[in-house]
Amino acid sequence: MNKDEYQKLVKQLTPKENRVRNAFVAFLGGGLIGFLGQVIITILMQNFGLSMVEASSWLCLILIAFASISTALGFFDEWVTRVKAGLIIPTTGFAHSITSAALDYKRDGFITGLGANFFKLAGSVILYGIISAFFFSLLGVIIYG
Amino acid sequence: MDSMKFQNIYIEDAVSIAGPVEAEGKIHDFDFTMEDYYYHEKTFEQAEIKMQRVVIDQLLLRNHLVDRDISYLISGDLSNQISVSSYAAKYYRTSFVGIYSACASFVEGLIIGAKLLDGRSKKRALVLTSSHNLTAEKQFRYPIEYGAPKPKTTTFTATGCVGVILSKKESSLRVESATFGQSIDMGISDATNMGAVMAPAAAHTLMKHLADLKRSVDDYDLIITGDLGSVGVPIFREYLKASYGIKLKNHVDAAMELYYPEQNTYAGASGPTSLPLVLFGKILKARKYSRILILGTGSLHSPVFVNQKMTIPAIAHAVSLEVLS
Repeated sequence: MNKDEYQKLVKQLTPKENRVRNAFVAFLGGGLIGFLGQVIITILMQNFGLSMVEASSWLCLILIAFASISTALGFFDEWVTRVKAGLIIPTTGFAHSITSAALDYKRDGFITGLGANFFKLAGSVILYGIISAFFFSLLGVIIYG
Repeated sequence: MDSMKFQNIYIEDAVSIAGPVEAEGKIHDFDFTMEDYYYHEKTFEQAEIKMQRVVIDQLLLRNHLVDRDISYLISGDLSNQISVSSYAAKYYRTSFVGIYSACASFVEGLIIGAKLLDGRSKKRALVLTSSHNLTAEKQFRYPIEYGAPKPKTTTFTATGCVGVILSKKESSLRVESATFGQSIDMGISDATNMGAVMAPAAAHTLMKHLADLKRSVDDYDLIITGDLGSVGVPIFREYLKASYGIKLKNHVDAAMELYYPEQNTYAGASGPTSLPLVLFGKILKARKYSRILILGTGSLHSPVFVNQKMTIPAIAHAVSLEVLS
């Protein structure tokens, strides 16, 4: 059996992921986070007299704190495994990736361990986030002047 | 012929530790079990070193030996630079042979040990492997608490440590013959599908073992593969049939014997301890089989080469065991 035939055999015998179901679960999970966010924004605006912009920032902080604390308490990863992309794509996923990396390296020293590995997973998001933000603003300037 | 036959090498004793998830699985007959992953230590790495030391100490104690009675300590694990084994070895006045064949390390150690003792030597060797789910996870995959969604092909590194004493002293378990495998790469680059990576290596070593010793699969009561998992097993059987015309009947895979399906371990157990935990915790205790072939299987990848999109080579080593009554 050559390599090509073997890859065919592997493909044939490897169980398929249920993409439709995963997408649906992620849609519901992510939607729930969005809904929760809207509820919090409304509460902040009505009860604390914050503007929409201020309330959004506070919401972001609340979600980040919630994801980080529940990662440290050890149950957030199980939720992510179940809800999949629904919890990874929102800001909760970003906080989760940083906290989990920090937990891994907390005993390996502040500089060589914690500091060096803090953005192990989130680094790519930050780097490519900044690069694409730059190009999109450039595009905005070109189009809208 | 590359395969070897041994005249009078025996496994004198075996000691095993199982991790918290393994202890709640299908097998309950381990010497020690861990309540949590820290095992009263500060870090997971230190916990794994302690696991090795507990196994070595228990083997020495139970057989009324001291460390100097052991001529060779042959051990391996999954940590970078097999540092867990090296750091554990420093506590013993014994020649230390550090080995790495990923999840085939236990069988590799058995063969090296048996070969070192072969001939007239009256020495003893202690063969040991350990793996810890969280030290391996941290190193090979994502941070421990990161809940990355995993495909169904993923295996779950078993936590445990198993050690055996090899010697000339007659016991009920004889190391009869052995075959070292070749490093085989069939073009799979997906490190989350190690079953598919390792299946061709397992098939090749089995074929080589049978051809070298002029045997057929029927000469064995049972053939145990290490950690092919629920995805690797059908690929292994199909490949064996298509490439070498060998039909397997009496085969079990250790990866599928350790956990219950509801334990969320995806395609089953992996790691160098998966095979010996099942062998000593279940198969030998059943007293049903007298000729057993163990096939340790290892995926020889590193995170660096996986990131560089290289296809993954795999290895399998075989040892034939004879149960004497």
